[in-house]
Amino acid sequence: MQLESKVPSGPLTEKWSKYRGEQKLVNPANKRKFTLICVGSGLAGAAASASLGELGYNVKCFCIQDSPRRAHSIAAQGGINAAKNYPNDGDSIWRLFYDTIKGGDFRSREADSYRLAEVSAAIIDQGVAQGIPFARDYGGLLANRSFGGAQVSRTFYARGQTGQQLLLGAYSSLSRQIATGKVQMYNRREMMELVMVNGKAKGIIVRNLITGEYESHAGDAVLLCTGGYGNVFYLSTNAESCNCGAAVKAWRKGALFANPCFTQIHPTCIPNSGDYQSKLTLMSESLRNDGRVWVPRKKGDKRAPNEIPESERWYYLEEKYPSFGNLVPRDVASRNAKQVCDAGHGVGPTGYAVYLDFADAIKRDGRDVVERKYGNLFDMYLNIVDDNPYETPMMMYPASHYTMGGLWVDYELQSNIPGLFVLGEANFSVHGANRLGASALMQGLADGYFVIPYTVAPYLASIYGEAGQVKEDNPAFKEATQQVDDGFKKLMSINGNRTPDSIHRELGKVMVDKVGMARNEAGLKEAIDKIRALRDEFWKNLKVPGILDDFNKNVEKAHRLADYLELAECMALDALTRQESCGCHLREESQSPEGEALRKDDQFAHVSAWEYTGFNKEPKLHKEPLVFENVELTQRSYK
Amino acid sequence: MSDTINITLKVWRQKGADDKGHFETIPVKDVETHMSFLEMLDTVNEQLALEGKDIIAFDNDCREGICGMCGCLVNGIAHGPLKAMTLCQLHMRKFSDGDTIAVEPWRAKAFKVVKDLVVDRSPLDKIIQAGGYISANTGGAPDANSLPIPMEVAEKAMDAAACIGCGACVAACPNASAMLFTSAKVSQLALLPQGRPEAAKRAINMIRTHDACGFGNCTNERECEAVCPKEIKITNIARLNREFIKASIGSDVM
Ligand SMILES: Cc1cc2nc3c(=O)[nH]c(=O)nc-3n(C[C@H](O)[C@H](O)[C@H](O)COP(=O)(O)OP(=O)(O)OC[C@H]3O[C@@H](n4cnc5c(N)ncnc54)[C@H](O)[C@@H]3O)c2cc1C
Ligand code: FES
Repeated sequence: MQLESKVPSGPLTEKWSKYRGEQKLVNPANKRKFTLICVGSGLAGAAASASLGELGYNVKCFCIQDSPRRAHSIAAQGGINAAKNYPNDGDSIWRLFYDTIKGGDFRSREADSYRLAEVSAAIIDQGVAQGIPFARDYGGLLANRSFGGAQVSRTFYARGQTGQQLLLGAYSSLSRQIATGKVQMYNRREMMELVMVNGKAKGIIVRNLITGEYESHAGDAVLLCTGGYGNVFYLSTNAESCNCGAAVKAWRKGALFANPCFTQIHPTCIPNSGDYQSKLTLMSESLRNDGRVWVPRKKGDKRAPNEIPESERWYYLEEKYPSFGNLVPRDVASRNAKQVCDAGHGVGPTGYAVYLDFADAIKRDGRDVVERKYGNLFDMYLNIVDDNPYETPMMMYPASHYTMGGLWVDYELQSNIPGLFVLGEANFSVHGANRLGASALMQGLADGYFVIPYTVAPYLASIYGEAGQVKEDNPAFKEATQQVDDGFKKLMSINGNRTPDSIHRELGKVMVDKVGMARNEAGLKEAIDKIRALRDEFWKNLKVPGILDDFNKNVEKAHRLADYLELAECMALDALTRQESCGCHLREESQSPEGEALRKDDQFAHVSAWEYTGFNKEPKLHKEPLVFENVELTQRSYK
Repeated sequence: MSDTINITLKVWRQKGADDKGHFETIPVKDVETHMSFLEMLDTVNEQLALEGKDIIAFDNDCREGICGMCGCLVNGIAHGPLKAMTLCQLHMRKFSDGDTIAVEPWRAKAFKVVKDLVVDRSPLDKIIQAGGYISANTGGAPDANSLPIPMEVAEKAMDAAACIGCGACVAACPNASAMLFTSAKVSQLALLPQGRPEAAKRAINMIRTHDACGFGNCTNERECEAVCPKEIKITNIARLNREFIKASIGSDVM
């Protein structure tokens, strides 16, 4: 299979304007002949639905929650990057691009990452026009901060609720289009199947989560904006309903899944406290701007943090990485936390936590400044852990947070299935093997507001004669519905004695231990065996009480877990075949003599895109070579 | 390290909007006090599932107090006994051994029960669709810093914008009014210069839709403010009223 990235020719800095100038347009009178299906209402989906509705397309938008405003994007705290250079500290489109591609350890396409940086500034303009109350300075201009790994202040924020405010901005634009009738919104629906006619994506089957009914929806193109698969780890910072289902459905239909092993483990989450734990709460990494990370120098030191004198505290990040200190990228921070805990320096009841200390910041800036910056995060911590971070240092440990991998897309965000586009966290395109903090919000909105309105047009223009031709009465819908129903009936008939959660928790442990931050060949092979065994266990011993035609959370969970159990194996396989350390992941066999991650550009400067070959069959690997014409591949060093 | 308590749940069970519904009593033993309230419900549901029984339906998603998806009445109080907190953030350490805890869905004319503790809050979306936006199409926005906004104004707008749309204000109000919700959005946008051009039309259309959805009037009971997990102030309702009066007198959009 030839993977055609469709990157326009010409100099990097001119590709996007050239593309926009030369691409085919759909004339305004014809836009209304097309119906676009948008699955997801997070930043990517809401922005896309609103913008496409404004242009005159008919849009049908779907989400799992009871309102589009509740998509997982709402939980993002820290901020959103944009190359505005308002602080005059040396930022530029080029620098944001370079930081993105370098941060991703040179495993993304230059052109896609450059375009992201290029459109970033317009996102902030759009947000302000929508009435998003971004933080401001005394003069009334927008405030910026520096965020995980950046040496410039390019991050815009709205208290600790940036994702909420950006999503509510997109939701308000979406609501306006719903009111005009250009967008039809379908809440509490979960996509169960991608419907293809003559090799093109032409619709979806959804399950109504209240009644259990299946519904058919036909359209001229399908946009998946369904977020990431971080919940494969069971415990993660993601919301409960985050799932890989829509992507896996498309994968089974032939869409390639790219770089599934590239997942991000966030360094600052509240540690696990017991087996009942249902999620891990993220503490925004903006905390690392002012908090200092340390552990006791002495192994197994059980003293309370305040009793440990300065000289016996090990500020391991500041010591190891003097120029970046506590602001090293996420993977470096996470890996080091794991290493110090594995070595016995960890704190807290499980020994798997490190301190994040604000005492110096409070001394320097005063409690009220710290409170204004981080007040809500501190309150959140106090409530969950029952410990006051103004007085004792917080405890933190890394947790699964974000997935850089996702469905393979070309420069137009189109997958290898014609008519199937993928936006936001659900695609793989711009972050390579690691994402910079505050760049996911930027990407979701860039894809939705500023990329897809242009890149969907050439496809639609090419199928102009077919506009609106495929309808819900096409036999493909009936057939797909039947398959979906057969699948559910099979799940319900297993009637064993394990709940979906209990199996999922076990899968999560395997993934964290063997397919997480640090991995090796033996461990990955073991993981694959264990995942297969769990999949067997699932299909032999699952129990789903209640009935299908009802609001039934266990049906939802069981169905999502079935998809995770397939994707998990592909993740492990992807990790196994990538015999290099890169981005977030340390491949233990690939380290420098000093124990730092070693990338192998001669063998692995490619995108690994996996083709589904059938249930219980090994997926097939395709490679898209990555060509770097504008940046020099350097090994990262944050020393 | 954490303690355990024994509690008795009285949970509202209702098959759907047409079912009458009833309380079911479920004793729950050895609840770890470090658990969140929803984790406690999870463990109850795991047990019910293993016994082959229908699990308790409740809404939730983020479990960190921001999506607004969770919420029920706990001992008659929306989101439970603690101030400024959603149900998903409530922890079992706030309860004592031997407690009986009543758990019910939001009760309001405009919110139909979907199942057990789950209600239909789509009328809140309808209110936003009636005008809770600034009509700014994608693409044409001027540079973000071309419009300086005093920090205090931006902060006030942010206070109002913090609303998570959970519906607790409606559940707490004796009139089942959604005025706190409506006023939060109207205030956010009315405070900001970008929102002024449509302020009059917005206030009128949102209030009309609010009433048409079956939400009651505000009679200043302040119950909404007391339960709001994001501490949205009822001064927003005063601002909404001012906007509404201004709009009614001075405009042709009535
Ligand atoms: C706690 C937390 C904090 C974060 N903080 C930041 C930050 O500060 N800065 C930053 O840049 N990024 C941050 N991120 C990452 C960022 O929030 C996400 O990557 C981004 O919001 C994803 O947006 P999205 O639109 O792609 O998907 P989501 O927001 O996940 O939306 C997915 C949508 O798809 C729908 N959906 C999913 N599956 C289906 C299905 N099968 N059928 C129908 N609908 C479906 C959902 O209902 C939802 O509407 C954070 C993430 C977390 C977890
Ligand atoms: S589950 Fe999101 S606010 Fe409670």
